[in-house]
Formats: sequence, structure tokens, C-alpha cells
Amino acid sequence: MYRSLYPRDMLAEIDRLQRDMQQAFDLSPTIRGIARNGFPALNVGGTPSTIEIYAFAPGIDPSSLEVNLERGLLSISGERRSVLPEKDAKKTTVHINERFDGRFRRVLTLPDDADPEAVDARLRDGVLHITVQRRASAQPRRISVQ
Amino acid sequence: MNQDIQTTQGGQSPSRATGAASRAEAQQRARYSEATLTPPVDVIEDTQGITLYADLPGVSRDKLNLQVEADTLIIEAESGLALPEGLTSQHTEVGLARFRRVFTLSKELDADKVTAELTQGVLKLSIPKADHAQPRRIQVNVA
Repeated sequence: MYRSLYPRDMLAEIDRLQRDMQQAFDLSPTIRGIARNGFPALNVGGTPSTIEIYAFAPGIDPSSLEVNLERGLLSISGERRSVLPEKDAKKTTVHINERFDGRFRRVLTLPDDADPEAVDARLRDGVLHITVQRRASAQPRRISVQ
Repeated sequence: MNQDIQTTQGGQSPSRATGAASRAEAQQRARYSEATLTPPVDVIEDTQGITLYADLPGVSRDKLNLQVEADTLIIEAESGLALPEGLTSQHTEVGLARFRRVFTLSKELDADKVTAELTQGVLKLSIPKADHAQPRRIQVNVA
């Protein structure tokens, strides 16, 4: 059983496992598999006019952070420096090391109605919030009947 | 010996985008109202004391609550995300907005002198060792 990035209490974990099981029986999963346990953790949602992505990436070097959108594929990459001391530091012990460090890259496909020209990304308190507008022509329009 | 290092009363339930479909979510939330996420930590010890780093994404200073009670260190925090109107979730890896983690501090750590920094969602705690607990080298006598 894998260790999730933010482990929660047992009931929530069992619910999550149930959802994962349902996904596992999908006859034709995406070629990039079911995203799980990468860094940063992602929450993806949408409104009728936008696609919202939240990447939970505290303590990353903003100059190394890159958000790229190419042909419908959004990628978030960067580097988080380790806070651990040098290997030969004297009299320093690392007791717990759970936080991710190093280079990371996560990708996700955006739906067809995403507008690559209208992407906004904000980093605040370690959460990267990306908003992608949906193409205006793809939004539902009501057609009046004469 | 209760000691609030930084006080906050972020005790409200996390605000979420509302929608008819989220009533089921509200029921689930009631079931898990006590549920919190466990933030990953790095704990390093050197001669001066212990340094702890915790990932608390989306948490600003006013939503962080650190407490030291006797020898227990409690880290509680609430993340605040800007959620737009009518948001429906498609894929959720961080499903809760509250964090909590508890540690037992050993006697030689000076709980009164803890300092904390919160930048970019990373909490850095420095817990120094008490003066009387500074390392003393013990002479080993070879018989």
C-alpha cells in the first residue's frame, strides 16, 4: 500500500481506496495512467468558463518553477532544494525525512475547449493556482426559436 | 504549562464552493469534520537543537496555530484557497483544508524558546536545547 503525500485518517483512506478500485476497472485508462502521489499534489476542477488547477508546492524556488502549455498538455516543473545538511556534517542527525526534494515534473492533459492564450498562474503560500479559460466558442449558447 | 506561541482562532469549517451537487460532500464533511491532513516533516538535530520543517501549503500566518503543552508540540493549520464560483472537482489529491500534527518533545529541549517562520507554505521551527543540556563529553576510562 503506497504512502500518500498527505496521509489522513483511516475512514478517508478507505473511501479513497474504493474510488481508486473503481478507476482500476476502467477498460481503457489513459496512457499516462492514474495520477497518484507525485509532487506537487494536484487538485483539478472546473467552472463553466474555466479550468482550475491547484498545485500544492510549498517551499519551491520560484525561479526554477516552469508552467508550460503545449498542444493541450500542461506541465508543471521545477526544483525544491533539500533542507538536509551535507552528508559529512558533524554532529548533525536527520531524524525524519518525509518531505520531497529534488526536481519534479507533473503533466496533465487539458480538455479540448481550453484556450492556451488565456492562462493565468499565481503562486501564494506554496499553492500554485492555474486558471485556464475555456474557449468562448465552446461555451453553451442558447439558440432562440423563432 | 500551556503556551501559545502564535495565537489564531481559525476554527471555522473550511469554505468550499457551493453547488447542488456538493450536498453529498457536505454530509461527508460532517462525517469527517475532525479529519485533518498530516503534513510531511523533516526533522534535523544538531548541537544547538532541533529544526523542524513542515509542508503547509496554502497556510498563511493567521491560520497557523502552534501550541506547546507540557512536552507536547501541536501544529494545527488551515489552508485558504481562492475557490471560484461554481467550482466542481474533477481530481482531488488534497481533499481537506486542515492540517494537524503532534510531537512529543524530550526533556532537554527548551519549549519556551521555540521560534517559528512561515514562508511560502513551509513552517520552520527551531527548538533549542536547554542550556543545562549542552553536550558534555564523558571521559572513558580504560581499565
